[in-house]
Amino acid sequence: MSLVETSIQTSETPLGRDDLARMVARDIAPGSFVNLGIGQPTLVSNYLKPEQNITLHTENGMLGMGPVATGDQIDGDLINAGKIPVTELPGASYFHHADSFAIMRGGHLDICVLGAFQVSATGDLANWHTGAPDAIPAVGGAMDLATGAKDVFVMMTLLTREGASKIVEACTYPLTGVGCVTRVYTDKAVFLTGPDGVRVRETFGCTLEELQALVPVPLTAAPAVEQ
Amino acid sequence: MLNFVDSVQAAVSAVRDGSTVMIGGFGNAGQPFELIDALLESGATDLTVVNNNAGQGDQGLALLIKEGRVRKMICSFPRQSDSWHFDARYKAGQIELELVPQGNLAERIRAAGAGIGGFFTPTGYGTMLAEGKETRIIEGRGQVFETPIHADVALIKALKADGVGNLVYRKTARNFGPIMAAAAKHTVVQVSEIVPTGALDPENIVTPGIYVNSIVRIDSSGAAAAGTAEQVA
Repeated sequence: MSLVETSIQTSETPLGRDDLARMVARDIAPGSFVNLGIGQPTLVSNYLKPEQNITLHTENGMLGMGPVATGDQIDGDLINAGKIPVTELPGASYFHHADSFAIMRGGHLDICVLGAFQVSATGDLANWHTGAPDAIPAVGGAMDLATGAKDVFVMMTLLTREGASKIVEACTYPLTGVGCVTRVYTDKAVFLTGPDGVRVRETFGCTLEELQALVPVPLTAAPAVEQ
Repeated sequence: MLNFVDSVQAAVSAVRDGSTVMIGGFGNAGQPFELIDALLESGATDLTVVNNNAGQGDQGLALLIKEGRVRKMICSFPRQSDSWHFDARYKAGQIELELVPQGNLAERIRAAGAGIGGFFTPTGYGTMLAEGKETRIIEGRGQVFETPIHADVALIKALKADGVGNLVYRKTARNFGPIMAAAAKHTVVQVSEIVPTGALDPENIVTPGIYVNSIVRIDSSGAAAAGTAEQVA
């Protein structure tokens, strides 16, 4: 067993944001339809390879979104969910908001990648609101994405600035979705979440035992066949 | 009844004090700035506004909020880096907020236009945005009952209209336009171009003219352009 546990460490050091984005991009199956959330998940698009033939969806009504627009490409009528000017690729399509969210809710997207404040041991997601009394709540499309995509990947640092684990037994922040997260990419490990608890696919810069000391839920090594 | 009007002031005259107004746009894309400016100028107040956001910067919807014309916002994402006018009103307790997940917002608007009395959706189930709402387990999933959002007036932006009010849009500026056009009792559209009836390919029309009541052409400088009636004729 210890042999398995030590073997899941795949990096001497924790992964940076770009290394993590490169790993998520590599893990997306060819031909997938994907929505990348605002913030850290948008980095993933920098590492998708043309031969993967990934189609990007943006909630404001487009499939076939291309890279961020520069110079003469900038067009105020062509923006992404973060309201950043983007480009269109051959084969792109536009549709109204109800259709765009039908694409999500209807289970047509293979993967969405989101940021998070917390993920619970059973895959509950909290990523939209701190719950602080003076905070102005803003949910956008987060709940629809969390509920609708076949797989929900989260990208986040494992620990808060104060050193608390963002993988928790139960979320203390307001929920975005219940039991929706299937995989969590962090600087220290990749976690697989589901009804059976949290399994660790690989660790970066720490062993499984060192990781367990940081995370307040039981961790098991994911069998290699499921990687 | 379809009218082509020569001024934005005439176009927004259907908005009364206390009206519920849908305003198209996602961020600035598709936001009908000239119609919103005219609404501000009209003095209409005590409005309930339906939009994805709650205004950005010092233009459009943000100014309506700044001037205290909006009693209630129904939106999905009010807080942005430049939503300072909404933020100030909200923190002062001077504006009501109904926060709706974006897909539920879109589908509630669609439902209103389609004559649907409500629907069950998995989005929001188990969250604080479903508190107080009817829920059911359907096909093994928790679902929340959501009701339609109707409006007195919709203000939207399209690229082109023809003489019978058929509309086409441009890129991601389409967003909420088609569903708001159907959900409001009176739909006002600002377009960049009015083309003769028959000039738009019927296969490519996004919003059929049956949903449209009032059209004003805004030239590229942002001014309402006269002479639309002659173009249509």
